[in-house]
Amino acid sequence: MASETIRTAPAATLRSRLPVNWLGLLPFAAFATLFLILPTMKIVIGAFQTPDGSFTFANVANLNTPSIRAAYWISIRISVASALLGCAVGFAMSAAVVLGGLPRWIRGPLLTFSGVASNFAGVPLAFAFLATLGPVGLVTVFLRSQLGIDLRLLGFNLLSFWGLTITYLFFQIPLMILIITPALDGLKREWREAAEILGATGAQYWRMVALPILFPSLLGTFALLFANAFGAVATAIALTGSSLSIAPILLFAQIRGDVLGDPHLGYALAFGMIVITGIANGIYIWLRARSERWLK
Amino acid sequence: MKRLWAWGALFLGLLYFVLPLVGMTEFSLKMRRGEYSFDAYAKVLGDPRFQETFSYSVVMALFTIAFGVLLVVPTAYWVRLKVPRARPWIEFVTLLPLVIPAIVIVFGYIRLYNTSSWLPLTGTATGTNVLLMFGYATLALPYMYRAVDTGLRTIDVGTLTEAAQSLGAGWGTILARIILPNVLVAVLSGAFLTFAIVIGEFTMAALLNRPAFGPYMQLLGANRAYEPAALAVISFSITWLCMGLIQIVSRLAPKPPSQPN
Repeated sequence: MASETIRTAPAATLRSRLPVNWLGLLPFAAFATLFLILPTMKIVIGAFQTPDGSFTFANVANLNTPSIRAAYWISIRISVASALLGCAVGFAMSAAVVLGGLPRWIRGPLLTFSGVASNFAGVPLAFAFLATLGPVGLVTVFLRSQLGIDLRLLGFNLLSFWGLTITYLFFQIPLMILIITPALDGLKREWREAAEILGATGAQYWRMVALPILFPSLLGTFALLFANAFGAVATAIALTGSSLSIAPILLFAQIRGDVLGDPHLGYALAFGMIVITGIANGIYIWLRARSERWLK
Repeated sequence: MKRLWAWGALFLGLLYFVLPLVGMTEFSLKMRRGEYSFDAYAKVLGDPRFQETFSYSVVMALFTIAFGVLLVVPTAYWVRLKVPRARPWIEFVTLLPLVIPAIVIVFGYIRLYNTSSWLPLTGTATGTNVLLMFGYATLALPYMYRAVDTGLRTIDVGTLTEAAQSLGAGWGTILARIILPNVLVAVLSGAFLTFAIVIGEFTMAALLNRPAFGPYMQLLGANRAYEPAALAVISFSITWLCMGLIQIVSRLAPKPPSQPN
């Protein structure tokens, strides 16, 4: 790349020609500024402003009410649970296909299906789960009429923490499979052989070789899945209406009709969401860079 | 033993994925009491609101794709050719929509482009449509940029450009007749993914009050029993179709010479 730049622009004129080259990025920069960066800045700045425009920490401090705290807390719990389970199940499925000695043809269809399922989020996903685990859903009715198990008596409700978590898994597991399969492919057969020659058992190989290598990928993907679940709005709204007050639903209601009675509290609520997903994604990017060292 | 365990893990996992799909399909066929029928589908497809919102979302998707291609292809090309130093920055910006939740971005739009602002896009229906299209383009940006950039990696951008220039081609000709055909497969992958995203998108359309397919589905879900399941089946088929088209298109693609088999 560097040699190409020098070939098209001799060293002496490089400096004077650079600004012209950067001008080519102007349309993209304008788009990104107007429709991505400025709107986000507006929210961030608004979170620290009083209605008449002066600086304040009051909005962020006002987030500390029982209802808003509860909304963030249940959001975080759902995101953590669905990310953990998504990582575990996705890892097990991916490991079964890559390392478990299953026929090779399973791999392609599984990855294609994961691509579809990870994009099948939002309103239709909620409908699919209502038709399956809802009060008259396929599985609910089957369990009740054939096996005598009444999910409702057991305390299960689709419009709850566990219901939302199970539903989110439908796009979390495939995302995990898509990301972790290349990482599992990167585990070299020689490492396993070397460990076995040195007398390691299967469990020791996993504990002392494979998992430490995979650890950054696993933790990084966990962070990505967390952010993915935390920002999901459509699935939750279609599933629960507004009966379950998680942070994105609260923000949705606030934008629609100022339910908190303070526009700047809405900014602060949105700012809190950016901070949480931002931290999660920061961890993901940092750990991905670390894991790529091993998985060349 | 190990293989048994592997089959078990795969089977249980697949069961989780198959059950909701079977559940929604079965439910969508149950509208007529006592027998399976396509009544729910007939009802949905015959609903004028369905036709309006669905065609609205299709048109929006097509505009978003056109805009995305016009924005991303020249930018990714220019970055590779002239300013490779800007690449990490551009990549960082294209990944931002994955970090900032869509609901926050659209909240920013509403505050920034409302009727009393310097650019009152939400004042008119057309303005709001344009704003929504920009929003969709933002959501699709990570996928579109990644696809096109990967496509550009497989061709020698510098040599192709010089060859075209020495034959007298201008920038427009180079982009439209040299670069675009060469990365067409990548562009199509990005386009199908954009289509799948835009068709079902709910949050932005709902908060900007546009009559799109996503909010229509949500409204129907709140008021009806069987039709939502039919909508879910239709919507899942569209996602499958888009992903299937990506697979077909990339299988038809000529393999880059540097890659064995």
